Amino acid sequence: MEMKRIQCTVNGEPVKISVPPWRTLLEMIREDLTLTGTKEACGQGECGACTVIMGGRSVNSCLVPAVEADGQEILTVEGVGRGESLHPLQEAFVEKAGMQCGFCTPGMIMSAKFLLDNNPRPDDSEIREGIAGNFCRCTGYTKIVESITAAAEAVKGGR
Amino acid sequence: MEDHSVIGKRIPRIDGRAKVTGEAKYAADYQMPGMLWCKIARSPHAHARILNIDTSRAKRLPGVKDVLTGKDFNGWRWGWMPKTRDEEPLATERVRYLGEAVAAVAAVDEDTAEEAAELIRVEYEELPGVFDPEEAMKEGAPRLYDHVENNISWDFHMDFGDVEKGFREADLVREDRFETGRVITGYLEPPAAVALYDSSGITLWAAKQSPYFVYRHMADCFKLPLNRVRIIQPFIGGGFGGTKNDSLAGDFCTVLFSKRTGKPVKFVYTMEEVLTTCRRRHNMIVHNKMGMKKDGTITAMQSKVIADGGAHTAIGPLTMYLTGCMSTLPYNLPNFKHDAYRIYTNNPIGAAMRGHGVTHTRFAAELQMEMMAEELGIDPVEVRLKNAVTAPHETVNKVTVKSCGLVEGIQEIAANPRWKEREKTKGTDGPVVHGVGMSATSYLGGARQRGHQSCAAIVRLCEDGTLDYLTGATDCGQGSDTVLVQIIAEELGLRVEDVDIKRVDTAVTPCDAGSYGSRVTVLAGKAAQNAAREVKEQLASFAAENWEVRPEEILFKDGAVSVQGSPDLSMPFDKLAKIACYSGSGAVIIGKGYSDYGIEVLDFDKGIGNAGTSYSFTSQLTEVDVDTETGFIRCTDMVIAHDCGRPLNPINVEAQNQGAAVQGLGQALYEEFRMDRGRTLNPTLVDYKMPLAPDSPNIEVIDILTDDPGGPYGAKEASEGAIVSVPPSVFTAVHHATGIWFKEQPLTPEKVAMALKKKREQEGTDG
Repeated sequence: MEMKRIQCTVNGEPVKISVPPWRTLLEMIREDLTLTGTKEACGQGECGACTVIMGGRSVNSCLVPAVEADGQEILTVEGVGRGESLHPLQEAFVEKAGMQCGFCTPGMIMSAKFLLDNNPRPDDSEIREGIAGNFCRCTGYTKIVESITAAAEAVKGGR
Repeated sequence: MEDHSVIGKRIPRIDGRAKVTGEAKYAADYQMPGMLWCKIARSPHAHARILNIDTSRAKRLPGVKDVLTGKDFNGWRWGWMPKTRDEEPLATERVRYLGEAVAAVAAVDEDTAEEAAELIRVEYEELPGVFDPEEAMKEGAPRLYDHVENNISWDFHMDFGDVEKGFREADLVREDRFETGRVITGYLEPPAAVALYDSSGITLWAAKQSPYFVYRHMADCFKLPLNRVRIIQPFIGGGFGGTKNDSLAGDFCTVLFSKRTGKPVKFVYTMEEVLTTCRRRHNMIVHNKMGMKKDGTITAMQSKVIADGGAHTAIGPLTMYLTGCMSTLPYNLPNFKHDAYRIYTNNPIGAAMRGHGVTHTRFAAELQMEMMAEELGIDPVEVRLKNAVTAPHETVNKVTVKSCGLVEGIQEIAANPRWKEREKTKGTDGPVVHGVGMSATSYLGGARQRGHQSCAAIVRLCEDGTLDYLTGATDCGQGSDTVLVQIIAEELGLRVEDVDIKRVDTAVTPCDAGSYGSRVTVLAGKAAQNAAREVKEQLASFAAENWEVRPEEILFKDGAVSVQGSPDLSMPFDKLAKIACYSGSGAVIIGKGYSDYGIEVLDFDKGIGNAGTSYSFTSQLTEVDVDTETGFIRCTDMVIAHDCGRPLNPINVEAQNQGAAVQGLGQALYEEFRMDRGRTLNPTLVDYKMPLAPDSPNIEVIDILTDDPGGPYGAKEASEGAIVSVPPSVFTAVHHATGIWFKEQPLTPEKVAMALKKKREQEGTDG
């Protein structure tokens, strides 16, 4: 089997790894790097549960070949907070009940982070569009939208 | 209501941090050294006899460690009742739905297992299939089980009062046919488990919302005593009834593989397996007949329900029971007859889903009542208030209502400006028409299953004044862990962070029935409360001895213990804990509690008695925009006035209502499995259209407080009522917008556009 050597950074840590060409970024993250915070639900790029940020863009990691991560910076849910302290988005999801079963939550937070990184003051419909690639079956989305709104306020307030 | 310090507060979920950081581990996140992967081989036919299974090619594939077929389970079957055990871990002689499991492989990695599963050659003799329940009931239809006539998997009949007399007394009698959709729970976490079979027995880390079902299934299947079956709960990625309340081919196969290979074995279903083979909500045809007087009083109702049960019985008997026993709420109904038939077809299996059974018949009755009110010129609010039950109430089938906020809920909706101004806001905006509808429904909480009622709690004091709490109740996302911990903290005057809930582990936690029928807060909550009170009693006796007062005089509040009326006699809770734990050779302070609420026996054959311990009431307003050109409906707003007795954690109660509402909205408007002779044509999340954020309305939740006398702190259910109230309120809103009474879920654009076109043609306004 032909293995490809790649180098990338994941959550700020340098990673050197050999992967077969058919390995997905999601498999690399979950199985090789054992960062199981990123979830697999549909495996077909439809549900958003596996969303990570690669090279500043949010991607469905189940659709990205791991070899494409070569030279890239990747951020997963484990890298969003800083040590013990939570990112304002994470704090808001906890405070505002933005999660229930929690399975969609890592992907939802990554999509929300990408949204706020590019649009720090989104309105309700921009938030809903920003997470339109992420299914949640528990919350009905109301409290997720409220969480992202609160996080945007907190970020604006300099937290 | 007395002043509480923890109960009734908007306390963030105790599992929140673990879930937002990615720390929370779900079943698929577990890995073990030497672990094998299991994949299931499934039938490509909806109905066929298995003639031969050739596993030789799969066995020869490098990396494959073992292969199973149905015979390896020695004829073991399971089912919800002893007489309905009609499902095998792997089918042996016959497959009855497309995708039924027939063989399994275990291999060193997932890819090899998948490849090997495709190498299994099964020789089938196809049998004629039957896919429509009404066809399947006819004489001469192909039978799924040779001994079952007319494919009747289960039937259930109720007859109370005199419906014929009721219809004679009515000024208007109406008959309609309604149909509910073919939908699925839609959790995002596919079923998964890691199994280990060793000298201590079975250990299974499995995604289950009711692990004690699997516990019993495994003990029975593998002939082990219960103390050698250990189900450990990871975090659960959503349940909503059905699949995760049951065992799966994957569960049995991983355990047997582990037994045979000595290795840990894992399976994770794909989303396609979920959408094609996992339990669905039954789709049901409801023929409903209702009698009404000129003043709106309902005199009688008769329902005939036909449910597509699919290939096996599963929990279907309870589903059918619930379609009828709850029809006598939330409106006074003196005469009621109900005939329910669950029919085997060669479709995937129908089972429980949030709003179990009740959502179908309430949808029919609620719409029909408003149709009749319209014919009689009665306002939607008036007809509901005319018939609404009030507490205390006993229905004709002896369902007893001890608290009821229905009238307050309907009045709340009627007073809402959105309702009051609905004729003004109805106007059209280009092709889009706006409508406002309402509904009022009921659901049970504290559900009881036949013969399986254990529900207990153990609370153990640590010497530093913190507490360990053991419960068998599962939080599959609904937030029950937080509420249960709140209850214990409240009883002992502590903070939520002083109590640690342990994950369910059948080797350690007390047996629990499971997370279904909105029973956890009501029943496990009562057990937690009683266990905490036992700890309190034991501690109070130490404190009383210390201060030479009576134990009844000891108060627990704000982290301190004191003597009533003597503010100088006080000490921190942790100090008392130390005194107690260090007394003598060291006292063991453990509180035990169980729920004894609602244990009277119900008559399951006749439909008499309480299927739950208390009843919630939901009154709802829904606003929709209907595009009259495309037929597309968008729900813009909902107001849900829900009587959960008393919200123990209001933010969580809101969240439960909102989630249930959007799940119900999917069922009303978007979601539907398209089937062709047993084959699911839309087995992907893109094609099976669950609502996304832009599809979902703004949802306001209003708590109607009624303080149920038996619930912990007055609480009743909060997670299922809104999935029952949504579909009828959406349909009445669409009627308000378009003037058309739709009777079939879901309201797809095609269906709506066709009906609008027909209406225009009839009115002569189409060109």
